[in-house]
Amino acid sequence: MARALIPLAVFALICVFLWIGLSLNPREVPSPLIGKPAPVFELPQLREGDAGASFRSSELKGQVWLLNVFASWCAPCLEEHPYLIDLARRDVVPVYGLNYKDGRQAALDWLGKHGDPYSGIAVDAQGRTGIEFGVYGVPETFVIDKAGIIRFKHIGPLNQRVLDEQVMPLVTSLQQ
Amino acid sequence: MIPELGHFAIIVALMVAIMQAFFSLAGAAIGNRAWMNVARPAAHAQFALVTLAFVCLGYAFLNNDFSVLNVASNSNSALPWFYRIAATWGSHEGSLLLWVLMLSGWMSAVAMFSRNVPTDMLARILGVMALVAVGFFLFMLLTSNPFDRLLPPAVDGRDLNPLLQDPGMVIHPPMLYMGYVGFSVVFAFAVAALLGGRLDSAWARWSRPWTTVAWAFLTIGIALGSWWAYYELGWGGWWFWDPVENASFMPWLTGTALMHSLAVTEKRGGFKSWTVLLAIVTFSLSLLGTFLVRSGVLTSVHAFATDPTRGVFILGFLIFVVGTSLALFAWRAPRVGLGGKFDAVSREAALLSNNILLMVAAASVLLGTLYPLFLDALGLGKISVGPPYFEAVFVPLMAPALFLMGIGPLARWKQASLPDLASRLKWAFAVALASAVLLPLTMGKWTPMIAFGLLLAVWILASSVVNLRERLMQLAANGGGHPLSYLKRLPRGYYGMLLAHSGVAVFIVGVTMVNGYETEKDVRMMPGNTVSIGGYVIRLDGFEDVDGPNYTGVRGVLTVSKNGREQTVMRPEKRFYTVQQMPMTEAAIDTGFTRDLYVSLGEAVDGGAWIVRVYHKPFVDWIWGGAFLMALGGFLAVSDRRYRMARAARRDVRDGEAVATA
Repeated sequence: MARALIPLAVFALICVFLWIGLSLNPREVPSPLIGKPAPVFELPQLREGDAGASFRSSELKGQVWLLNVFASWCAPCLEEHPYLIDLARRDVVPVYGLNYKDGRQAALDWLGKHGDPYSGIAVDAQGRTGIEFGVYGVPETFVIDKAGIIRFKHIGPLNQRVLDEQVMPLVTSLQQ
Repeated sequence: MIPELGHFAIIVALMVAIMQAFFSLAGAAIGNRAWMNVARPAAHAQFALVTLAFVCLGYAFLNNDFSVLNVASNSNSALPWFYRIAATWGSHEGSLLLWVLMLSGWMSAVAMFSRNVPTDMLARILGVMALVAVGFFLFMLLTSNPFDRLLPPAVDGRDLNPLLQDPGMVIHPPMLYMGYVGFSVVFAFAVAALLGGRLDSAWARWSRPWTTVAWAFLTIGIALGSWWAYYELGWGGWWFWDPVENASFMPWLTGTALMHSLAVTEKRGGFKSWTVLLAIVTFSLSLLGTFLVRSGVLTSVHAFATDPTRGVFILGFLIFVVGTSLALFAWRAPRVGLGGKFDAVSREAALLSNNILLMVAAASVLLGTLYPLFLDALGLGKISVGPPYFEAVFVPLMAPALFLMGIGPLARWKQASLPDLASRLKWAFAVALASAVLLPLTMGKWTPMIAFGLLLAVWILASSVVNLRERLMQLAANGGGHPLSYLKRLPRGYYGMLLAHSGVAVFIVGVTMVNGYETEKDVRMMPGNTVSIGGYVIRLDGFEDVDGPNYTGVRGVLTVSKNGREQTVMRPEKRFYTVQQMPMTEAAIDTGFTRDLYVSLGEAVDGGAWIVRVYHKPFVDWIWGGAFLMALGGFLAVSDRRYRMARAARRDVRDGEAVATA
């Protein structure tokens, strides 16, 4: 008798979750930083040739930009990399990189090997800026508007679906 | 007027369903034959009424009656007529109407083809199905009436979702629903058997053909959905582990387990409570799938219409149907008793292991599908579970199941000997191993995954050949003559099994080859540029404008050549559906027996160039070919004389009894 009750118990448990699930919105944005100003940071540039000794996020005000948190040790970053390359080639929105807890040479080698889609790359060797952005996994991508407000955050590798359905429509509307 | 007629037909059908449920279940409980006899005509009446409603809705769509909200939201006067018909089930409301049409159709079929089933059993079966139908009629009338009027009428409609404007989409939902809803029959059989305390091999024999037919339809439905995603979404993938795909895949997995478990119950009397549980679980997963798709608790590319209030209704209904049947199971199953004993090495053991593997696989898909929801409900954050999870969990579970597929059919019931099996199958294994080592080399690349996939595929095929050969040799040894002369004597059920198992092998070949040898290129092309892939050279000749009935667009013209000889011209399109303001990628696919060439247009970039994606996909069509063979095997098995003979034989017995009592 007790054993025969197991399926019923499992089902009851699932139903509890489904019930709670009904009151949640799966499309809800998960970060508390959405709608808040992006943390201002000033970090060293990864590439030697880039203008200025340091990367100041305040200089990007007035344009819509993407901040992509990446690292050479991050396997999923490679998965989303072609999409970033494509984005850069189409030149619709500048993508800035935040090289997170990475070695400088490792990062440069990685970009040399797989292509470099970034308009500028900040080095966050200690991961402090990452913490301010609430990063808890690499890769993550933020959409930041002209006023420097975070409008969208995607956790995990980007894919065509996210780009087509969420990122690009948002970017286009923010740019207008 | 016509829409009101359809609306009225649904209301009357609801009344009939309530009557049918009450009289047949109550009649069976108190043994009132007159009440029980209500079931059969009521089932036919329901079918007729729902068909009428469906025709009414189809009529409204075909004639662009934009005073009907459903039509105004999902159709457009510029939409070609065949898509207007498909739009009938393209919307949430319409797809529910299709659901009940299928349900009442299955009910009617049960009433028609189950003359050999005792009256009280049949009454219970139809009563249970009517209860399910009541739920769906209420759902439709209370939350999603397809005949709601829109006053004043719209001038024109908002058009059908462009993703659904496709020939594949015209037949995919009916096939899928045939399968989904078909499992309601087995479910009703199981619940009726629990209610009546009759869980015997006769019950299993009645259930088997219904299960197999539903399973075969579901197989076709899933395969069509996958094929649709392949060419319509323009990403070149064929399975995304999307919640909606998973929703159809879970009942397929448990349905597969159910089919095999029923075989044991019928032939050996074993696994009874397990089989009943599988029947309940399979239909429950079909209902859960409907809930997931229609309630909006999960995001998905397929979630076309979602609404939380509908979710509450379906969840309540789900709790009622599944909760009651599982409670009934908990109450009655312990008294069912066990079947015959069997050894650890026997056909029962092989089938049981496969069953468990399939169930665990279904459970892991369920977990992966609901996990984001669980975390979200517990306030632990939002995540999505992607293909890596499913692949990591699914492949290790399926590999042993596929290996057992080769052994199971050759193992003897009750007790088999391992050394004996090993010696009978050693050649099959040797052939499989040799193919796994050598075949990838002829393709120019050898990886362990490719070799392993081919090993499993060839193993299944080779052991099927061994199986057939043994059967024929045995018949010849007993009856004399040439073994091949017995080919016609083997039952169709047996050939159905062989065909379905071969389908699995073909499917594995497709998946293995695509995953192992697929190449894709993402290039920027100007007219005159070429790209080479998989030994083919593809040249972009130019672009032409397209002016469709309800879209405009650009079409690329690409010439494919191999070794300097022109092979074919491919025309991928980028469409813009003007009413829905939605861009769509129409990939061009050159289908071949051993490979597909797949070209889709990305974005236009400056200077008249386009980003063009080209894929070379070896053996990709074998994926759907394999699924089609599986379904064909199912249909072949159902056409077995055994089922018809059993029916005829029992009718004789019954007539005999009638004579004796007269």
